[in-house]
Parts: sequence; C-alpha cells; structure tokens
Amino acid sequence: MTGVRVAGVGLTHFGSHPERTGRDLFAEASERAFADAGVDRTDVAQLNYGNFMGELSEHQGHQGPLMAEAAGLTAPATRYESACASSGVAVREAVKDVRNGEADVVLVGGAERMNNLGTTGTTEALAIAADDLYEVRAGMTFPAAYALMARAYFEQYGGSKEDLAEIAVKNHDNALENEFAQFQKSISVEQALDAPTIADPLGLYDACPITDGASAAVLVSDEYADEHDLDAPVAITGTGQGGDKMALQDRRYLARTPAAEYAAAEAYDDAGVGPQDVSVAEVHDCFTIAEVLAIEALDFYAPGEGIGAAARGETTRDGDRPVNLSGGLKAKGHPVGATGGSQIVEMTRLLRGDHPNSDAVPGDIGVTHNAGGTVASTTVHVLEVDE
Amino acid sequence: MSDQTGEDERVRDEGYDDLLDAIESGEGYYLECPEGHGSLPPRRVCPHCGATDLEEVALPETGDIETYTEVHVPAPSFADDAPYVTAVADFGGVRLTGQLRGSEAEEIEVGTAVAVGVGESATTDERVLVFRPA
Ligand SMILES: [Zn+2]
Repeated sequence: MTGVRVAGVGLTHFGSHPERTGRDLFAEASERAFADAGVDRTDVAQLNYGNFMGELSEHQGHQGPLMAEAAGLTAPATRYESACASSGVAVREAVKDVRNGEADVVLVGGAERMNNLGTTGTTEALAIAADDLYEVRAGMTFPAAYALMARAYFEQYGGSKEDLAEIAVKNHDNALENEFAQFQKSISVEQALDAPTIADPLGLYDACPITDGASAAVLVSDEYADEHDLDAPVAITGTGQGGDKMALQDRRYLARTPAAEYAAAEAYDDAGVGPQDVSVAEVHDCFTIAEVLAIEALDFYAPGEGIGAAARGETTRDGDRPVNLSGGLKAKGHPVGATGGSQIVEMTRLLRGDHPNSDAVPGDIGVTHNAGGTVASTTVHVLEVDE
Repeated sequence: MSDQTGEDERVRDEGYDDLLDAIESGEGYYLECPEGHGSLPPRRVCPHCGATDLEEVALPETGDIETYTEVHVPAPSFADDAPYVTAVADFGGVRLTGQLRGSEAEEIEVGTAVAVGVGESATTDERVLVFRPA
C-alpha cells in the first residue's frame, strides 16, 4: 500500500460572493492547487468533489463533471454529498483510491454557494440535513439542533455561555492574519454575550456565518511524488469515518458525538498515532458547542472536560494544542461542501510552514475533523510532516 | 423542501401521518422490536438491531423534557411562529421532538413532564407534534 501526499492546495476567499457561481469558485481554488502542486492536469485520474445544496442554491445537480470542466480536467468526476462533511468524505475516498493503486493523482475539494439564498433560504436549505419528518416539521433548524446539544451538555456536565464565547473569541483571533477568512476582525467575550439570540443558549456569535467558497487539493502517491521530484512534505497518514442515527432524538447521547469518536479512533489507528501525539487540530466548529464536542470526540479531553479548554488557554494560539488556527468555521467561514477539503488545505499549510499561523504549531502531526448534520456523519484525517 | 405558501398539499406520509392521527385521538404508539428497542414509523426494520418483527406499543401518557431551545431565527415554514420552543422529550421507549406550547420559556426545565399532542404551524397550518406541561 502506497502513502498519500498532499502535493498542492488552494482556496478561494471565504465570504459573501453572491454574484460568483460555484463553478467559478472551484475553478479558482483548483487553479491555485495545481499551481502549488506543480502537477500536470493530464495526470489526474479522477476528481472527488464535495457539494451539499447545489440543487437548491444553483439549480444544479450532477456537479462532478461540471467541476472537472471548471478545473480543466477530462478525468471522471464524482460528487460526494454528506451534508457538511461532503468534502471530508471526498478526501477519504481519494485517500483510499491512491492507497490501493486505483489512482496516482486525485483532485479533491468542494464548493458551496449560499449567500444568494439569503438567510431564510439558507436556513431552510441547511435544515434538509436533518430528519424532515421528525425534526424539521417540529421547527428544528441547525442552530436549534446544536442549541439542544448545548443545553444537554450544560445539563450533564456543566459549562456556560461564557465558556462558549471564549471559543468564538479564540477563533476570530486566529483568523486575523488569514487572508482567506470571512472575518478578519477580533471580537470580545462581552460582544459575543451581548449578541442577539438565535436559539438559546446560542447567540449570533456562537454560529458560523453563511459563506461562499471553494477548496481544492492535489493528492498523489508516494511513487508519483518521487518520480516527479515533488516538494510534498505533508502526508495524509490516517483516515476514519463514523456514522450515527440521523435524528438527535434517536441518538444514544445528546451531549456526545460517537460518530466522531469512532472516526477519530479509526484514523488514529490507521496512522499509528494516539491523541497524545497530535499537536494541532482543525475541527468542525459550525457552532461553538461543536468545537467542544469535537475536541472530546478526538480524545483530547474526556467527555465534559473540553468545555473550558479555550478559556484556560489550552487550545488558543499560544496553547499546548491549538485548535482551529485557521479561524475555524466560526471565523474562516463554512461553505458547507468545501469545508472538509479546506481543513486539509489549512492543515497542510500549517504543517509545512507557509500559513500565517504556522509559528504557533508546536509539532508535526495534525488532525482534521469534519462533521455532517448534527454529527450523523464524520470524517477524521491525520496529517503528518514526512520529509 | 417544505412548501412556504401552503398552496400545495403535501403527499401523505403513511407511517408519519398515521402516527399523528393516532396521537390526535389519544392513542399514540411507537414501534418495538423483540430486543425492546423503540423507534418511530415509518419503519420496516429496527434501526438499532435490524429485527423485522416490529410491534406497535402504546406511547406513555407523559414524557420528560431532556433538552429544549427557544428558536428566534425560524425556518421559513415557522416564520410566523417564532419565537417558539422546540424540545426533545423522553417517553421511555422513544424520544420525540416537538414544540412546547402552553408554557413560558422561563418556566421550562430539563425534567419537566409533558404530554404529547398535535397542533398546527401558525405559518403553514401544517400539523406539528406539540408538548404541553402535564
Ligand atoms: Zn432492535
């Protein structure tokens, strides 16, 4: 089995670009990835592409071949849809195909166009990642679902809105120097606590924004990297995926995410590392409480212990294990289908040293955690520097 | 995607709408497999173990609120209902998600006992599972 290297990565600016189509966004991200990789497009065996709400936001299904065209490829292309974990799944399938010799070069990534739907349209579009019969028809929105988890967490383990606000403050702070981030402005705990309520206990600053953007990465086999003398020091050494019941009401836990726990354990085992070896993480903080659930699922903290990590300075930029140095979904933005791929992009840059926050990375093993829906789908990847 | 205007009649979903009918007439039920796993219709197999012989079991009269939230930014199909409280309540064999009515948000606590019924969305007139303090 061959190893898998990240030869090149690219992002668009994440933000509000309602006038830009998905194909334009993905064309830009993939162009950057190819320029960074120094890989010939004709060597690409396939495109694995993530997208969630294309039918609703762009009246566009069958986006695989469309995005291959946008990227200048004639290779076969498949769209992966797993809600907010769409491109995380696309990455995982690409890793498997490179490892098993199906492909030497795969373009992976994703794109999402959301702002043209407006807040109401986006709220409705995101809601289709929940159970239509038993959640959406009871008035569940995505913020509401995470609010239900936050309340359950507070009830079971303790924690406060202040603890959540510290996470928002941290992630905004991390995005200050990230030119691709939607919000490059700092906020205070007071501002976060004073923000309008969306679904209590979550307020506006506990939520990620509505974002347009695309991500792309060129993955290659060890052999291909050697033959073409590529400068590709970062390898994806572990992959894992977990699932859970679709609706919150059918889960064993309301304040834990077993799908992510499973994905993390599988990815660690695959890479031959443990949580104690990981020095930096990009996690799916679509809401502040989601970051807490993520760092517990990744086994950095026992259940109930992750809530104060940001407030204690353990996951901040100068902490022992920084989390979301990109700004996370909270400040970098969350173009749903692009997010899992963007975590690979950010982690690659953090580990190889060309990210504005690379100086804050205390080691050479990183983890990415990408969750779909209310964590009914999760992928986790381990990335390592391997010169 | 739910219809915002309410002009189109939703296609009846046998399992789900049958359950709402039953709850409306005070005869709510859930499905139980031989292992005792509870689930909600429509369902051909137990989602927990795959057993195919599911039986209808009476839904307990009351459940306990396990978690809840007051929603201020609603989905379009509840635009005129906001703010409203959505809660998950434990009825023993199953949990249900519904809107809590007849109670101020400040009065709710985790553990509050509720009965389940059927109400309407003020926005679309569609039926909604509702909880009321028991
Ligand atoms: Zn069963």
